Amino acid sequence: MNILFAFIVLSLLGLALGVSLAFADKKLHVEKDEKLVALEGIMPGANCGGCGYAGCSAYAEAVFNGEAAPGLCSPGGNELSKKMGEILGVEVEESERMVAFVHCSGNAESTKQDYDYCGIQDCNAAVLLHGGPNGCKEGCLHLGSCIAACPVGAISKNEKGDIVVDKEACIGCKACTKVCPNGVIKMVPYSAEYIVACNNHLPGGKVKKVCQVGCIGCKICQVKVEGSCFKVENFLSSNDFSLDQSAAEKAAELCPQKCIIKRG
Amino acid sequence: MSYIGILVTYIFVNNFILVKFMGICPFIGVSKNSESAIGMGVAVTFVTAVASVACWAVYYGLLAPFGLEYLRTISFILVIAALVQLVEMVIRKMSPSLYKALGIYLPLITTNCAVLGIAIINIDNGYNLLQSFVAGIAAGLGFTMAIVLMANLREKLEMTPVRKAFVGVPITFISAGIMALAFMAFDSSLITNLGLA
Repeated sequence: MNILFAFIVLSLLGLALGVSLAFADKKLHVEKDEKLVALEGIMPGANCGGCGYAGCSAYAEAVFNGEAAPGLCSPGGNELSKKMGEILGVEVEESERMVAFVHCSGNAESTKQDYDYCGIQDCNAAVLLHGGPNGCKEGCLHLGSCIAACPVGAISKNEKGDIVVDKEACIGCKACTKVCPNGVIKMVPYSAEYIVACNNHLPGGKVKKVCQVGCIGCKICQVKVEGSCFKVENFLSSNDFSLDQSAAEKAAELCPQKCIIKRG
Repeated sequence: MSYIGILVTYIFVNNFILVKFMGICPFIGVSKNSESAIGMGVAVTFVTAVASVACWAVYYGLLAPFGLEYLRTISFILVIAALVQLVEMVIRKMSPSLYKALGIYLPLITTNCAVLGIAIINIDNGYNLLQSFVAGIAAGLGFTMAIVLMANLREKLEMTPVRKAFVGVPITFISAGIMALAFMAFDSSLITNLGLA
């Protein structure tokens, strides 16, 4: 009998409080701007934080208040920024979808190993020990911290042990670029074909000592090809994707280290 | 105990933050500037006062007649949670800027143990309705005083050369500890000596 009383009393209490709260909600309702509601409605809802805000609704509010530009949302892409522009009544520039890419093609065979790492299988842990087992201190450690960080499972290890990003699945949230201790994952345009797969800034001689496929900064790709889109800075070549890409294939052929690779 | 005795007890002698160490989360979280600290203090005072009365009524009107005293914790939490929701709605309507400043700490009043603490202490001490109400206000005022003092301290600390390792939360915790030490001067003998018992 006692348990029945307890049940009834608590249920009544909960019901009374619930009803009065629902009533108060109606009475004290705050009108939200229609545009803000519409903006929140079209967000992808991944809450990945790639835009730099706490979540999708925080970003929608920042855009609504004019604190942030539309188009920072990578998962939504151009389609979303267009829609946002329509709601806000402003023109939005189209920008190309960016995806992550591992700028390193070295592995245990092509890159000299300083020591055998047997610790925790985590890049940030390995890097604490003399910058990791790789002779090249700026390359990929292949321990896969980025695989764990990716919210959509777009990063995987292939049969050769290389870390690869599936550009179809990548939402461009930059979670992997933040977790990588060597900053070897950088964003490239979705359509990018030829990419310098190296992150080493050492001069040529030092690179050759530690890696067979590292960029030596020889400037062949920049100077020997007419209308080249490559530029060597700080002993590392990089592809300027805003330039005409027609000469990229020739530059890739001429590269003595074969570190300009074609993405499939 | 007289009403003034209850007031002095819960503002100074048994200050919820500095003596009983309840409600530390907003004490550290919302004490960055005195404006939002006052806002938080007022919100908590309102909730403790209303919660004291509501919980007293629920206990003596609903639980005691059916012999369900053992349900007091869960029903008090229910009442407090509903009250905080109400306060949140009111603040959102009345003052959006305060609503923004309090942020996440506003719903966290729900889990602020000072509120549940005063409701249970009222019952344990056998206070009547008016005494509970006064104790609730006093607990809230004590909370407000502590958090506003802390906010003023922290505003001054911002402009003080503090050693790098202590900047931010560490120096805040140290200051809070020293404040708590200072409050030990308010002893329960204060009540007896002032003839407020």
